[in-house]
Order: sequence, then C-alpha cells, then structure tokens
Amino acid sequence: MTILTKPEAEPVPQGSEHFLSVRDLYVQFATEDGTVKAVDGLSFDLDRGKTLGIVGESGSGKSVTNMAILGLHNPRNTTIAGEIVLDGQELTGASPKTLEKLRGKKMSMVFQDSLTALSPYYTVGRQIAEPYMKHMGASKKEARDRAVEMLRRVGIPQPQTRVDDYPHQFSGGMRQRAMIAMALVCDPDLVIADEPTTALDVTVQAQILDLLKDLQQESGTSIILITHDLGVIAHTADDVVVMYAGRAVERGTVRDILKTPEHPYAWGLLGSIPRLSSSVDVPLAPIPGSPPSLLNPPPGCPFHTRCAFVDQVEGDRCRTERPVLPEGRGSACHLTADQKRDIFIEQIQPRLR
Amino acid sequence: MSEQTTLDKVPAPRPASGEKLLEVTGLQKYFPINGGFIFQRRVGDVRAVDGVDFHINAGESLGMVGESGCGKSTTGRLVTRLLEPTGGKVSYAGKDITHSSRKELAPIRSEIQMIFQDPYASLNPRQTVGSIIAGPMEINGINPTGGRERRVRELLEIVGLNPEHYNRFPHEFSGGQRQRIGVARALALDPKLIVADEPVSALDVSIQAQVVNLLQKVQQELGIAFLFIAHDLAIVRHFSQRIAVMYLGKIVEIGDRESIYGGPRHPYTHALLSSSPEADPDDDGRERIRLAGDVPSPINPPSGCRFRTRCWKAQDKCATEEPPLVRLGGNAEGHLTACHFPEEPTIEAREEDIVLDPALAAIEEAADETP
Ligand SMILES: Nc1ncnc2c1ncn2[C@@H]1O[C@H](COP(=O)(O)OP(=O)(O)OP(=O)(O)O)[C@@H](O)[C@H]1O
Ligand SMILES: Nc1ncnc2c1ncn2[C@@H]1O[C@H](COP(=O)(O)OP(=O)(O)OP(=O)(O)O)[C@@H](O)[C@H]1O
Ligand code: SF4
Ligand code: SF4
Ligand SMILES: [Mg+2]
Ligand SMILES: [Mg+2]
Repeated sequence: MTILTKPEAEPVPQGSEHFLSVRDLYVQFATEDGTVKAVDGLSFDLDRGKTLGIVGESGSGKSVTNMAILGLHNPRNTTIAGEIVLDGQELTGASPKTLEKLRGKKMSMVFQDSLTALSPYYTVGRQIAEPYMKHMGASKKEARDRAVEMLRRVGIPQPQTRVDDYPHQFSGGMRQRAMIAMALVCDPDLVIADEPTTALDVTVQAQILDLLKDLQQESGTSIILITHDLGVIAHTADDVVVMYAGRAVERGTVRDILKTPEHPYAWGLLGSIPRLSSSVDVPLAPIPGSPPSLLNPPPGCPFHTRCAFVDQVEGDRCRTERPVLPEGRGSACHLTADQKRDIFIEQIQPRLR
Repeated sequence: MSEQTTLDKVPAPRPASGEKLLEVTGLQKYFPINGGFIFQRRVGDVRAVDGVDFHINAGESLGMVGESGCGKSTTGRLVTRLLEPTGGKVSYAGKDITHSSRKELAPIRSEIQMIFQDPYASLNPRQTVGSIIAGPMEINGINPTGGRERRVRELLEIVGLNPEHYNRFPHEFSGGQRQRIGVARALALDPKLIVADEPVSALDVSIQAQVVNLLQKVQQELGIAFLFIAHDLAIVRHFSQRIAVMYLGKIVEIGDRESIYGGPRHPYTHALLSSSPEADPDDDGRERIRLAGDVPSPINPPSGCRFRTRCWKAQDKCATEEPPLVRLGGNAEGHLTACHFPEEPTIEAREEDIVLDPALAAIEEAADETP
C-alpha cells in the first residue's frame, strides 16, 4: 500500500475541522493615551460554504478582528496574539509575504466604502483584472475577459462596455457590485464583507445580498458579514457572533440569536430596533449608558455598568469575575440558564413585538 | 444617560400645527456638466431634482426616502438654501425665499437648521463643545437672557448631556453623544424647521434609538418641524407623520404614514417596502421585488414615467406620458401617487417573487437546475 499523504509532515492543526478558526485573539494598539485593547480574547469558527454574521456596538472590535485575519494591521503599533487558522494554515505568525499571497486569492475583503476602496484613476475593469493577473498568472486578454465575466455575474448590464468605465460613472449600487466582483475575481475561499450595504438604499441592498448568496451557492465560499443591520443578518447569516468591548458575548445560529437570545446586551440590541410593524407611539428603547473604555476595561463582566440584571446574580460576581463564553451555542453571562430563559420570555420577548 | 430629561424650559409659542410652514412647488436643481478641451462649455445637466412639490406643516415631520442619488440631499440643501434652485419656488412661513439674498435670508437662517449624517466629520475637533454650540448664536448675534453660556448649558441638558461637559472636545464623546452635540447646536437658535439628512445612518442600532428618541422629543415638546431623510424605512416610519418617496429627481408617492406603509400604490414604493429586511429569520412572508441593475441616469432620464425601465407594470403609455402626482380613487386625502397603472393598496405577500434583474434571474435559474 502506498502512502499518498505524508502523515508527519502535515500534522492536523488544532481546530482544523473548521475552515476558519480564531482562538483567543488579542489585538492591542499602542497609543499616546495607553494600550487600546481593541480585541480581547475572541474565539469563533466558520465552516466552508457558511456565512458568519458579526454584530456588536460601534467600537467593539469587529473591523479590527477582520483586519487581523487579513494581516492588514501596521505591525509597528499593533500587537496581535492568539491563533488564526485558515484552512489549516496559521496566520498570526505568518510573514507579510505569505499574507500578501493569500490576500485576493485565498481570502479577500469587501470594504465598507466603495468610493475610497476603488481608485478613481483606473477603469473598473482594470481594477478587477489586476488581482487576477497577479494571482492566476493570466494574460491581459484573459484577465479582461474574466473582468467582463465577473461584472456579468454581479449583474452589471452590458458588461462588455461598462468594463471600461471609471468608478464615478457607476452608481453607488453598481460600484458596490464592482467591489464585490473585485473581491471574488480569484474565487477566494473566504470573503469578509464589512458593512457592505450600509450606504445603500434597501432595494440595492437586497440585490447585493442576493448576489452574495447566489455566488456562495455556486462556489462554496465562506463569508464573514459584519453589519449593524439585524434585518440583513436575519436573511443571510447561518451563525452569529455578538461582540461587546472586544469580546464575543454570545454565539449561536441566526435563529438562536434572533429568536432566543441569552445575553443582556443582545436583548438590548434587539430591543433597540424599530420594526415596520411596531407601534409608532412607543419610544425606541436604547441600551442605557455608554460603552466601556478600552484603555481601562472594567473588571468583571464588561457589560455590568449598563446591565439591568446585575442584582439577580448572586454575590458581586458581575463586578468581579469575568464570565466565560462556552464553546458552541452560549453566552458569557453569570445568569443561570433558567434565569436567561425566564427573563427573556417574561420581560424581553413581549417588548419585541 | 438620562432619556427622561424634561423640557420645562419650553421657549416661545409656535405657529399652530397644521399651518403650512414650508411649501415647495416645481422645485428644480440642475448641475451643469462641462466638457470640451480648453474652452469649457456646458454639455448637459445632472437633473438632480426635477420638479418637486411638497409642504411641511408646522410641528410636523415629513420623511423622505428613495434610492441613492435620487436627489434627497439636494432637496434638503435647496430647502435650507445652501443651494440656489434652478427653478420652482420655496416659500417659508408664507414668504417666497427661492432667490432671497443672504441679507434677506438672515432672519430666517436661524429658524431653519440642518443636522448632518456624520457626527464625526461635522464637528470641529479643535473647538470645545461649548464654543461649537454657541457658534451659531455668535454668528447670528443672538444674546439670550442670562448669557450664551447659560443657554449652552441648558441645551446640553435638553439633549441629555451633562452641562459640565461644556469644556470638553468632541473626541471625548461617543458617536451617539456627538450626534447629540449636533442636535444641541441645531437647537441653539430656537429653530422651527430642521432638515435632518441621514442623521442616524452612521450609528449602531442602540445609539440610533437614543438619537431618534431625542429628535422625537424635541419635535413633540418644542413643536419643531422636520424634513427627515433616511434609508431605513422602519426609522422613517417611526419618526414621520407623512412620507415622500423620491425616484430619480421626482416625488413618485407622498402621503400619511398609514397610507404609504399600509396601502402604497406606486410600484417603486412596493419595491422599497418589499426589500426592507426585518430582523426575523422566519419572515419570508412578504412579497419580494428585486429591481433591475440598470439604474437610469439623471442626465438622460427616461421619457414619460422615469420608473418605466424597471417597472413590471409598464405599458406603452408609460413611455409617452408622464404620470401626474394625483390622488387616486380610494386613496386618503393627501395621498398622491404618480402612476398610470397603480398597484393594489396592499402589502400582502405575492404568489411569486418578481425578479427584474436578468443577470440575477439567470443565476437563479442555473442554481435551480443544479440542485
Ligand atoms: N489603529 C488604531 N489605533 C488605535 N485604536 C484603534 C485603531 N484602530 C481601531 N482602534 C480602536 O479599536 C476599537 C475597535 O475598533 P473597530 O474599528 O474594530 O470597531 P468596530 O466594531 O468595527 O466599530 P464600527 O461598528 O463603528 O465600525 C475602537 O475603539 C477603535 O477606536
Ligand atoms: N455638486 C454636484 N455636482 C454635480 N452633480 C451633483 C452634485 N451634487 C449632487 N449631484 C448629483 O445629483 C444627484 C442627486 O444627488 P443627491 O446627493 O441629492 O442624492 P441622494 O438622494 O441624497 O443620494 P444618497 O442617498 O446616496 O445620499 C446624483 O446623481 C448626484 O451625482
Ligand atoms: S454577567 Fe452580570 S453584568 Fe454581565 S451581562 Fe450577565 S448579568 Fe449582566
Ligand atoms: S407609470 Fe407606468 S412605468 Fe411608471 S410606475 Fe406606473 S406603471 Fe410603472
Ligand atoms: Mg467597523
Ligand atoms: Mg444624500
């Protein structure tokens, strides 16, 4: 019997059953005021062909986490610790050269702002073709054909002519599609979309989300979708991570998070959004208080300064002991499972109607 | 942060609500496109706003929604007279201000204020919160009784900020707090109308809720009228008594909240409402209409009805005759629709998705064939 795989040369790395595995990630920035702990012990997994939604307050570390996966932080003032394993390859210790090679081909990012991410000086087609020539060694002609093909796939009409347009000749929705085409041109295995639809009206937003879904079905792409729009999450994500102050405070399927959330911060988030069917006479219910300082995070649970349920936890644990997030479905909160269920059903759910 | 701040310092009486505070008729704004080498000449126009009629009553909030680039911000800037209209008429409190000079506008300037989308970019980082809020009073030479500083502290309290923050700088505040500073600045001159251009789009949902509540409070308690521009249909619904739907430089439907959200008639309004995702994974009940990719250009708008290139109900008449904005049979008073072949006034689910995007349809067919 011939051995086709080298058993020792390629040891199976930890957590390799997942396509992307982030373990105990820390990202810290040295600033004049001190060390900003932007990501503070974050773990999550993503499987092939699945979409992970990341939600959380402004400044909770969503973008910083994903820039760390792509290796886009400036190493001079950034300290990154922990493990990022993408398809068996460890990324936190990888050289800039390795990361550069992976970006565009293995993993790519759709940035929030299409106007700044696309250069005004080059045609849309050229900007889509460039990574294809670089990573796939394609000729100019092949790359151009590929750019036309990609524009067609993202639903740009008359791609043969539009390929020579400059970004300003595209509407907002078309530019966003062009960015998605650029991110997908080398068939990356992982696409990170950071607020891809925030600046767009709902009809264009729906088009773009449909396209991402359709393309995922075609090529089995894994997607990380960062957004503060829970409506978008409801219709696109398989799993969801809720972040607060640099940590994941709750994790579950999209149904778990939107239908039976467990963490008081997630309750607050869901309670804040107006719905098309909600009463217009009742004021919206924001989470009181403001997010904690990342320079001096409070001890204990980072949410305790704003949480209405501190008294229901025995002793002073909310202020002294940091709750851990269990593996899989769960939340980082000292309330018991029964308390979480009862409070949600009795106090929170009625307010979500 | 206290959400229950009371407004016991209610200022001067307001015009009775129900009175027209702002009236806009046939409003147009064309931006010239210049071309040619050496000698720049006008080769065309971007018809950003092309014949828009609406009014806002005293103390009322008019919501404005529509596709990116359809002319919402331009309308807002015309109303505040930050831009000079190309045509049409703007009258404020019965006075024609369409082409008023700076000097003629001076007394009105303080009554019409604007809140901008970006709480980070719209505040000067080198100025203290106190001088940011006092700025408009200084520019307009207003000296409130008790002095400007006292008024600023009062305003900080109204918007739910600590008056002791007077000497702090913007970077020391969170996004929601900064947007409150912007609101305090807009309130400094005791305005009657505030144009809010996407005031909450950049904020996360919890901060969004804080700011919307605050705006609603000043609207109700101080009787301030709003032109409220936003993408989020649920927020617009929450905040506005009436809603105007714009498409490519024109208002295609306008009416009270119940009519627009409960019985819309224009196909574009149907498309908008059907696309707005609710935060419920089971919510697949509503119809879904997906619009085609080729957004027509405001430089060369389609003849007749501007929506016809994307409309599933379009017929020959739509290409030749522009539909007037009128009250259709069965519609409530003030509910106007510009469409020759309007939809039923319902938001019930459709039998099937309408897919108007050929590329999308092709992808979906392919996906259906290969299970
Ligand atoms: N280069 C940097 N230097 C110092 N601090 C930084 C840097 N980049 C980000 N931060 C800080 O790290 C924290 C997390 O930022 P991040 O951009 O990840 O937030 P976010 O969750 O993406 O928020 P938003 O929803 O507003 O985009 C913030 O407090 C931010 O100010
Ligand atoms: N100064 C300008 N010069 C030329 N064209 C302009 C100018 N300002 C706006 N436009 C054009 O006018 C049209 C309307 O723009 P406007 O900013 O009013 O849209 P909007 O409805 O606010 O869109 P969004 O939702 O994306 O903010 C767009 O086609 C835009 O490109
Ligand atoms: S651990 Fe305590 S403070 Fe933190 S969310 Fe749970 S109940 Fe609230
Ligand atoms: S007028 Fe014709 S094209 Fe325009 S919205 Fe009505 S049916 Fe559609
Ligand atoms: Mg971000
Ligand atoms: Mg705008």
